[in-house]
Amino acid sequence: MSAPDVQKMRELIARRKRWDLIFSLVGLLCMLVGVLTLLVLCADMARDGIGRLNGDFFTSFPSRRASEAGILSAWVGTSLVMLVTAAAAIPLGIMAGIYLEEYAPSNWITQLIEINVTNLAGVPSIIYGLLALGLFVYQLGLGESILTAGLTLALLILPVVIVATREAIRAIPREIREGVYALGATHWQAVKDHILPYSLGGILTGVIIGLARAIGETAPVITIGALTFIAFLPPPPVTSEFPYLSFDWLFSPFTVMPIQMFNWVSRPQAAFLENAGAAGMVLLLMTLAMNALAIWVRYRFRKRIKW
Amino acid sequence: MNEPLTKLYHRSLRISEPEETAPAPEQTLGILKAEARNLSFCYGDFKALKGIHLPVPQHWVTALIGPSGCGKSTFIRSFNRMHDLYAGSRYEGEIRFYPDDVNLLDKDVDPIQARMRIGMVFQKPNPFPKSVLDNVAYGLRVRGETNRRVLAEKVEQALRSAALWDEVKDRLEDMAFNLSGGQQQRLCIARALVTDPELLLFDEPTSALDPMATANIEELIQQLKKRVTILIVTHNMQQAARISDYSAFMYLGELIEFAGTKAMFTNPSDPRTENYLTGRFG
Repeated sequence: MSAPDVQKMRELIARRKRWDLIFSLVGLLCMLVGVLTLLVLCADMARDGIGRLNGDFFTSFPSRRASEAGILSAWVGTSLVMLVTAAAAIPLGIMAGIYLEEYAPSNWITQLIEINVTNLAGVPSIIYGLLALGLFVYQLGLGESILTAGLTLALLILPVVIVATREAIRAIPREIREGVYALGATHWQAVKDHILPYSLGGILTGVIIGLARAIGETAPVITIGALTFIAFLPPPPVTSEFPYLSFDWLFSPFTVMPIQMFNWVSRPQAAFLENAGAAGMVLLLMTLAMNALAIWVRYRFRKRIKW
Repeated sequence: MNEPLTKLYHRSLRISEPEETAPAPEQTLGILKAEARNLSFCYGDFKALKGIHLPVPQHWVTALIGPSGCGKSTFIRSFNRMHDLYAGSRYEGEIRFYPDDVNLLDKDVDPIQARMRIGMVFQKPNPFPKSVLDNVAYGLRVRGETNRRVLAEKVEQALRSAALWDEVKDRLEDMAFNLSGGQQQRLCIARALVTDPELLLFDEPTSALDPMATANIEELIQQLKKRVTILIVTHNMQQAARISDYSAFMYLGELIEFAGTKAMFTNPSDPRTENYLTGRFG
């Protein structure tokens, strides 16, 4: 190739590469809009609330006086509701996922169910609230209780758990599966000894992500009638009398973190806004902690099982 | 091919005079372990196997050779009913399994029953993400064996038969993934051997291995044929020549030729076999 050609080619390359630069700048800008907005929001909330974050804040009930109010009933309520949600959603979701992936015959009914499960993940959460109000509160008479809230949120995250389960199962290589069956294992033996253990990392990650979504849900919990002001705790699960275990707490009225926050935000006094900021920080930390846990679980399982 | 060329060719394939040569199938096959009779197989509309007749003589190594896509893997996967794991597969014909003369493809035969009598080693080593011990013991656990002493004993036997015991005896609790590729494949052989299968299927067992590991596996197969009948798929003609007693050449879903390995490699009766063996296609 002669010299002028090289010169020309360099110019052409430089001209074409301009678009790389332009796009990377635009992309950077778009990313910053998202990240910076989020950071500013968090910083603003932290500035409002940081002064209120102390031991008393966690051990006090809400109060008419902003400086004495705390989130005791809210965090206890959130924890208990999450417990019920996990207890309901994990077994239901995993078993449904295993059934769909491993046992269901492949016909149009299965396909219809599959499409519906995926779409359920996109249904607005307030619709779940309405459903739960009709079904759990009125039909089954479970009341405006922790149990109702837990089951409602469980329904909400069920599609997430099912989809995560199926994806984790699908990630198991075909050769491993065939290896199991070639040894004469039955379907159930394959599921119990191989498919479930190998997909547990992915399943747990999905479960935790689902719970992290449920923890911040407000609409469905308000719909089923959670209280906005509550100054007592549910009855303790352990009692001093026989049979020592009590499930009365399941039927207790309750509030959760986002509702407590919403309550404070809607007050006119500035002092309550500080409380809302502090509660927001706690809620955010809870969510971040769950996501961190999900990452850790995934990392742990990846290290053990590499395909 | 003229005479001296043929001789050179066979020397290049390293066909040596084995101490015991398999009798030519025209004379006698001895006892049969299994026999495909008019076996056809379809995936959906695609007919992958077309009316195959193939005897599998007991205690010999039978190799299936042929170009990619000729149906050799599909064929051996019919023996342990692997196709039943996937929808849309259909068998026709029979695979008789001896000595009890049962048709493995019969509707009344549970695929699990076939898989409990027939072991399989796959193309890529596929150890479970478990310990070495748990990998080998799994076949026994599936059958309900829980006695730790019995498990340990049989695992050791299987690992010895697979020529792996000395390398792994101090790391039985290690994850199987930490073994080398060749060791993993021998682990898979031990895993298949532990339940004393009557027939062992090998589906291109060395295609993912280096030459040293391949040589180990080939030697192992030679030793194993004393106790178990072997049916092996290989796309490597030299390998078939080295390790098998009988060879079957498949092409486009049909069985073209079945003969004693030596006879087939020295004097193929079908021109397609000859073309393939001399490297004109495949």
